Amino acid sequence: MNGVLVAAPVLVPLLTAALTVALARRPRRQRAASAVGALLLLLCCAALLYGSIGGIVLTARFGEWAAPFAIAFRIDRAAALMLTVNAVLAVAVLVYPSRGGALATPFGPPLAHGLLAGAGGAYATADLFNLYVWFEVMLIAALGLIVAGRKPAHLEAGLKYLVLNLFGTVLLLAAVTGLYGLTGQLNYEALGRALAGRGDDPLALLLGALLLVALLIKAGAFPFLFWLPAAYPVLPVPVLALFTALTTKVGAYALLRVLYEVFPAGAPAYAQALGWIACATMVAGVMGAVYHYDLRRILAFHSVSQMGYILLAAALGGVAGIAAALFFSIHHILVKANLYLIAGMIASKGGHHDLRRIGALARSDPMLAVLFALSAAALVGIPPLSGFWAKLLVLREGFGQERYLWMALALLTSGLTLLSMAKIWIEAFWKPHPTPPTEPPAAHPPGAWAACGMLSLLALAMGLMPGPLIDFLYAAAGTIAPPLAKVSP
Amino acid sequence: MIEWAIAASVTLVAAAGLYLASSRDVVSISVGLALLGSAVNLFVFAAGRIGQAAPPLIAPGAAAPLAAVANPVPQALVLTAIVIGFAFACFGIALALALAAHDSRADADALEQAEPPPRPDGEPGEIP
Repeated sequence: MNGVLVAAPVLVPLLTAALTVALARRPRRQRAASAVGALLLLLCCAALLYGSIGGIVLTARFGEWAAPFAIAFRIDRAAALMLTVNAVLAVAVLVYPSRGGALATPFGPPLAHGLLAGAGGAYATADLFNLYVWFEVMLIAALGLIVAGRKPAHLEAGLKYLVLNLFGTVLLLAAVTGLYGLTGQLNYEALGRALAGRGDDPLALLLGALLLVALLIKAGAFPFLFWLPAAYPVLPVPVLALFTALTTKVGAYALLRVLYEVFPAGAPAYAQALGWIACATMVAGVMGAVYHYDLRRILAFHSVSQMGYILLAAALGGVAGIAAALFFSIHHILVKANLYLIAGMIASKGGHHDLRRIGALARSDPMLAVLFALSAAALVGIPPLSGFWAKLLVLREGFGQERYLWMALALLTSGLTLLSMAKIWIEAFWKPHPTPPTEPPAAHPPGAWAACGMLSLLALAMGLMPGPLIDFLYAAAGTIAPPLAKVSP
Repeated sequence: MIEWAIAASVTLVAAAGLYLASSRDVVSISVGLALLGSAVNLFVFAAGRIGQAAPPLIAPGAAAPLAAVANPVPQALVLTAIVIGFAFACFGIALALALAAHDSRADADALEQAEPPPRPDGEPGEIP
């Protein structure tokens, strides 16, 4: 029974995907099955989270093999929390009505649940080769969602997404099997033991670096970020909200696991390079956001920029750095997915995704203005919203480690984030509409308000009461961080 | 000796794959990535020790095989990787052909629909 629950993050979405394939010819039943599947997933993940609170690690070894040989799923506090956040987001996205777009096609729901299964497996697994397989599952499901739109722009986005991501998975496979050749292990814990004393072994360091580069490609880090802004701007917003939670964050989470659980001996050697990559990611992403005028393009470049913060926290390391990276990931999943969904509402009300063609929404849709302002302020990091605590955790640890240049770049990025969010505010909400519509646009469907309202409330709760979550994440980070870092304050 | 042959083949196939993947023709890019995947599959296979074909037999009472036998785990891994790689190769080539059907040049530099270039006055381009 325990094993079934541990496998639920994969089993539930896979079964839902199969069911939604069977219901492909009945759109309404398919949508209902998809929503029920997402709710069931949320229930299972919440049960896992509840089970993990006391520090209990739920483990399942498939096929009854002994410890290092079996493919294992291991769900500790960090994994359970990330899985729960994913499930919350899945519910929000499937509640959000998608008129047209990939999720409204018969392929949409099965592919979305396939993506959820891949992400669930990647969070739950404790086996490096299994991680590679889940990344491939995520990749093929994401590609399906991209090209389901069938326009030439979607095919083009799919090709750009495919090329860099497939290159990443090929590197991942090479690194994983290279490490297997070196140590004879694939299980995280067993690899951690086998690599414990090899912090200065050049071959181990090289393979570790290859693994990190592969995961950085998945996380959309500089200079591998180009697949992300190339693909995102032509996709429908619910798909974007799903992607923002399920693709890059999984890469960052796997990077944390690899860096501090599989190869902690090598982590100091990578910290410097990873920190600078993170800074370049932050700055490059936000520069793109400041330049562009298309809502989805701005938000896609922001996703890159915010990944930089998460990677910076990962580079700082230790319990505080890992906790900051996890807090930032959760904050970013909730706030950014919400912003994508709000961008969809802005576009449906204003008639276009390009800021130069819309305006005056503050007058015509004040509720939407409030929702946007709240999420934008949270993304920028205005206290007391969730982004403030997320950035504070990163900055506190960075100043503690005397990384002043990195922190200066992080603050600069924050300023530029404010600038680009102010641009959306002024262009979409404040300035008069360049071509005032003759007839008032249709009201937003209740599902859109429900999805955005739920995500806003969660982000707001995270900002107003960050204490319990931060405590929980420090405890969670304690089990990921190497024993050395646990001792030092 | 056989190790060097396998190392040389991995290098050669990977180089060919990278060369094709960095070309501008979208079909070549997809084929190149598939080749790169094959090179890595060969590498995975080699991670399981290369040697004589000794039967993986364990004598009664012993805990380990008699001779140095090949490790079966990478063989299982490479089977998984081949299947996945084949699926992606098919998907990639089908995608490239679909793109080529829309634009007979099939030139990677001409893919500008999802990322419109800046307008002549320097302002960002507009996605329709």
